[in-house]
Amino acid sequence: MPDDERNERDNREDRVTPTQAQLRARRNRNIAIALALAAFVILLYLGSIMKLGPALFNRSM
Amino acid sequence: MALVEREHIDERPGPLSEATAGDFIALLKPRVMSLVVFTAFVGMLLAPASPHPFLAVIAMLAIAVGAGASGALNMWYDADIDRVMARTANRPVPRGRVAPGEALGFGLVLSVLSVMTLGLMANWLAASLLAFTIFFYVVVYTMWLKRSTPQNIVIGGAAGALPPMIGWAAVAGTVTVESLVLFLIIFLWTPPHFWALALFKSGDYARAGIPMMPNVAGERHTKRQIFAYSLAVAVSGVLPAALGFASLAYGVLAAALGGAFVWYAWRVLRLEDGDRAMRPAKALFGFSLVYLFAIFAALLVDGLASLLGA
Repeated sequence: MPDDERNERDNREDRVTPTQAQLRARRNRNIAIALALAAFVILLYLGSIMKLGPALFNRSM
Repeated sequence: MALVEREHIDERPGPLSEATAGDFIALLKPRVMSLVVFTAFVGMLLAPASPHPFLAVIAMLAIAVGAGASGALNMWYDADIDRVMARTANRPVPRGRVAPGEALGFGLVLSVLSVMTLGLMANWLAASLLAFTIFFYVVVYTMWLKRSTPQNIVIGGAAGALPPMIGWAAVAGTVTVESLVLFLIIFLWTPPHFWALALFKSGDYARAGIPMMPNVAGERHTKRQIFAYSLAVAVSGVLPAALGFASLAYGVLAAALGGAFVWYAWRVLRLEDGDRAMRPAKALFGFSLVYLFAIFAALLVDGLASLLGA
């Protein structure tokens, strides 16, 4: 049996095909992580500006 | 030389996760978190400082997430006993929705992020208190005291009592007698609240092998302890008025609520030992939740009134 064909067969055996429920759950988790991360970045960005005050933007170019 | 051990190559991959974002939110113990947020907010409002509202909101979120993270770490460590208790068997880890390693990673990441965020956006005293709360709840209470002594919830109760102090410290940058009184109210409230639950759930705790007071020292002793702590709760409730950082109206209300607490505890003390219905214990457990909410709501209204009046 040629090596390529054997590798292909081995790879197929190792793969796990996700069920529809698993795919839905993964998508749900991905969206939640994306939203949480975006909210965290925005909070930290705005919080930093508030913490440092308006003088933050007051500097010579 | 093989770079990967054969046994690892032969291991079948585990089933793919079907956990949703909701399962991870359940790991944060949202109901406990809501009480933490509420008491921390009262601590913030009573503190003698006026923070930027947006920074106060971020500090609240950080405290809430820190509390949730300690809940996730608790569920990771306690999955074995949660599985055998009816009250906790439906939690995401014992149900198999979330793998223990996922709960551990989730809790650790959120712990670090919440402490860092509170430190950067408020101050490092508040962040240190939050880090200590997480450590105390997870390591001291969950890993050590919970399974080894009937005083578990007495000492462990400190973790649940710290949020108003953290809220106060986040705004004022200090720990004062006033914030210690807020701590004391929740600290003294915790034993009668949990022992009332332990009285009518003693079978659950016995199955899980947790040495709660009724299982170790017996029901009679527990009822006496509940009553003694209830007296201390009633006294601690009026301390804010006695020390002058709450109004007389608050003091009167707190005294009435404290009197009711003692009355519920008295009914538990008078409960016959053979009574399995445990209605007075269930009533005390329910009222204890109302009591804590009412005391902190009264402090909140009182604080708002003095802010608007000032």
